Amino acid sequence: MLTSVDRQAHLQVLSLRVNGEHVRVYLPVHKTLLEVLREDMNLTGTKHGCELGECGTCTVLVDGKPELSCLLLPVQVEGCAITTVEGLAKGSELHPLQQAFVELGAAQCGYCTPGILLAAKSVLDTASRPTRDEIREALAGNLCRCTGYMKILEAVELAAERMR
Amino acid sequence: MSTNNQNGGFAVIGKPLPKVDAVSKVTGRAMYADDMLLPRTLHCRILRSPHPHARMVSVDTSAARRIPGVQAVITGADLPIKFGILPVTQDERALEHEKVRYVGDPIAAVAATEEEIAAAACDAIAVQYEVLDPVMSIDAALGKPKDERIQDYGGPNNIHKLIALEFGDVDAGFARAEHTREDVFFFQGNTHLPMEQHSAIATFVDEKVTLWSSTQVVHYVHRALAKVLELPMNRIRVIGAAHGGGFGGKTDPFAHEIVVAKLAMITGRPVKCTLTREEVFYAHRGRHPVLMWVRTGVTKDGRITAMHFRSALDGGAYGSYGVASTFYTGALQTVTYDIPAYRFEGCRVFTNKPPCGPKRGHGTPQPRFAIELHLEKIARELGIDPVEMKRRNFVKPMTRTVNWLRVTSCGLEECTERVMSASGFRTRTRRAGHGMGFAISSYLSGAGTAIYWNDMPHSEVQIKVDRGGVTAYCGAMDIGQGSDSVLAAIVAEELGLQPKDIRLVTADTDTTPIDLGSYSSRVTFMAGNAAIEAARKMRSMIVEAAASKMECDAGAVKVGAARIGDFTFEEASILAEARFGTLTSAGSYTPPKIAGPYKGSGVGPSPAYSYSACIVDLEAEARTGLLHVNKVWIAHDVGRAINPLLVEGQVEGSVYMGLGEALMEEQTFRKGLHKWPSMLEYKSPTFLDMPDVETFIVETVDPEGPYGAKEAGQGPLLPVIPAVSAAVFDALGVWIDEIPVTPEKVVEALRRKDKGELARYGPPGFPDIPYPPCTKVEPPPKELDRAAPASI
Repeated sequence: MLTSVDRQAHLQVLSLRVNGEHVRVYLPVHKTLLEVLREDMNLTGTKHGCELGECGTCTVLVDGKPELSCLLLPVQVEGCAITTVEGLAKGSELHPLQQAFVELGAAQCGYCTPGILLAAKSVLDTASRPTRDEIREALAGNLCRCTGYMKILEAVELAAERMR
Repeated sequence: MSTNNQNGGFAVIGKPLPKVDAVSKVTGRAMYADDMLLPRTLHCRILRSPHPHARMVSVDTSAARRIPGVQAVITGADLPIKFGILPVTQDERALEHEKVRYVGDPIAAVAATEEEIAAAACDAIAVQYEVLDPVMSIDAALGKPKDERIQDYGGPNNIHKLIALEFGDVDAGFARAEHTREDVFFFQGNTHLPMEQHSAIATFVDEKVTLWSSTQVVHYVHRALAKVLELPMNRIRVIGAAHGGGFGGKTDPFAHEIVVAKLAMITGRPVKCTLTREEVFYAHRGRHPVLMWVRTGVTKDGRITAMHFRSALDGGAYGSYGVASTFYTGALQTVTYDIPAYRFEGCRVFTNKPPCGPKRGHGTPQPRFAIELHLEKIARELGIDPVEMKRRNFVKPMTRTVNWLRVTSCGLEECTERVMSASGFRTRTRRAGHGMGFAISSYLSGAGTAIYWNDMPHSEVQIKVDRGGVTAYCGAMDIGQGSDSVLAAIVAEELGLQPKDIRLVTADTDTTPIDLGSYSSRVTFMAGNAAIEAARKMRSMIVEAAASKMECDAGAVKVGAARIGDFTFEEASILAEARFGTLTSAGSYTPPKIAGPYKGSGVGPSPAYSYSACIVDLEAEARTGLLHVNKVWIAHDVGRAINPLLVEGQVEGSVYMGLGEALMEEQTFRKGLHKWPSMLEYKSPTFLDMPDVETFIVETVDPEGPYGAKEAGQGPLLPVIPAVSAAVFDALGVWIDEIPVTPEKVVEALRRKDKGELARYGPPGFPDIPYPPCTKVEPPPKELDRAAPASI
């Protein structure tokens, strides 16, 4: 049976680079990146929907690529540049994707929004004129139950246009 | 998006403005319940039954209590008082201690310093069961149980509720008919699948409980907590956290909400519980599986003379909203089609599955699927175009239905016209495997009666103006649909400001006046009307103060663009505060008492009904049965779009959810276990499955809605599902009378067709159900039809 005593044995110190900040964390090795972001670093903007890699809600960027933080251990991303939703805006100035999501009503309950914003950012960082089908393909691993996806697609297209 | 009304005279209403909380949501700053971490928070996990049906012999928590880090363990003996959302079915316990009725039934809970410790402690609780024979289907529930009944009320056998109502002379209606037809349909159950797992965190400080929860109904959670914890309501505060999606799935008071409050009281520390995704599937309260039988008589030209509708709902293990759900399977048929004589027999059974309850459309998508397809079949038998036949039967505005429901504004004709012409339905060229289907629907703009009987308002708003700052207080819970934005828009419109100028305090039982919650599509209509009343009272005080200073009549003071007459809003509010003292105003909304004079008339009445029409265009591949939806056209009569951007979002989201139900979503069980309690296995549409949607907002300006507004969040889901099945018939010539319309069913129907059998996939028949004799209700007198809305 798991006890607190057992858990002590598996603690480790890691240095993570999140949203440009270097943070040293002391944590059990088995904690997922999702848990570390939310519980140890107070970056609660990253959400969870399943913790099994099925819904895309916990998507963060690791060296610019979308990854499911619920399936990553911090040790796997030590030294990488991790971007969460908190790292999208420059101060109070929203990223063009965030601005487009606001204007077009692409966030309803908003729970899937952080993950979708980051997945969309990785699309726009690599393609300035993605087709609608390319956007659909890139975001297909992110579920949203509110919007029917329409406003999200429109918002990503609007942001792409503004970022060109 | 296109709308039919030019917005005249409004500064805010009708404008596609961003939501007031949009920035907090796109920056990750919105605080959902699981994001809250108060100092010294303990984590709670709940032990749930592994058996679908069993008596509990003993529960031994001693080993769990010994695990370091465990702060408290509670069982059913600690929370013995029963609760339930409906007063007539108080049949749930936060933790069961006598008997479990579905896999997932909560029986014990642990609070520990870490979630993993709480989970390990749950594993260490030893429960002895005496396993009972589970009842897993409608047929099994109708028969004699092998061991014992699931619940000790209702009956015979595992029947929960029986309803039998007859409006007008149905036998005479059928006698008058020149053609009659019977059909049987089945709508499989499915679940809400909100992206956010349910979560709640409670504190107990200064002898008061505070609970933050991802709930749609802070008020009903408040009531349930008071009852089960045996505390007066004034010692409990329930606050709606930022909400990660409900769709009806967070409309009951839940075990975890009561459990964390109890554990906070015991430990003196904050306690949080967030359900795992698997637990969310078992918490459920989603779409009832419903078997339906319908018989309709028509004249040669397709006018309905009588309808007889039967439903059998697989309710799961507890009451939840089930009595209301059962009435809803029969209530709204008459709100779209003029049915001069109508008989409804409904039945809900208990089974050993997670309880079903309200999901978007609550009890009405199933009968809507049935009657839309049924009428489609009748039209084809008569050789009449189905759209034309439906149209001949459309209800008219300002009428009463045979079951006494009051119809005010009704945009069915215009909705139909919009989707017909935009989609080219009539002029399309036929090609193999291509199909288009048409359907209509209607939904409530709020239930006309409260869940528990009382004469108080259903929604209340207070406004405070203090040195130019405006704060609106309302119990309404924004679940992502935008109710906060609607409140801000209305208050801003009335005071000549912009939504960003309005501070909101919502969904907090300590600080806000009541709103019953985000269910039954009631918030815009009811909180909106309350907000108008409160804002107009505030406006008249400020205008009066300004007029006095300007030495003119109040009527001459212009309000708008952040000015009141000659003054800025801030200057005028200072004048008003100097004149009247503290500036507060209040408004409330009570729905008109329009229910018919019969028992059971409380389900169905609404101050106004929304209307939708939809066309689905799809490709159906005969070899594989695969369906690909090309496009959906949908027109929705929302009365007036207070914010067209949000209305369009609700319509598109409804289309999406309807397509999911029509094509893939199903909640089914094997040996008591959910077959696919994960987001991968429970299929829901992705970005790749979602077709383009063309939305038409139709504005009929309802006489009682706020600025004429009606609902938008649920109604547009309803026509999508039958339109999919109608399109499959159009494409392949086979009827799929069962939802979801999966490739297997399509292939099987085609196989039957090829063999010369009935080209259909669907339930073979409807069981014998011991419905009681019908209560006969006289239709409303004709003169009610022509009266003004307030009196009809």
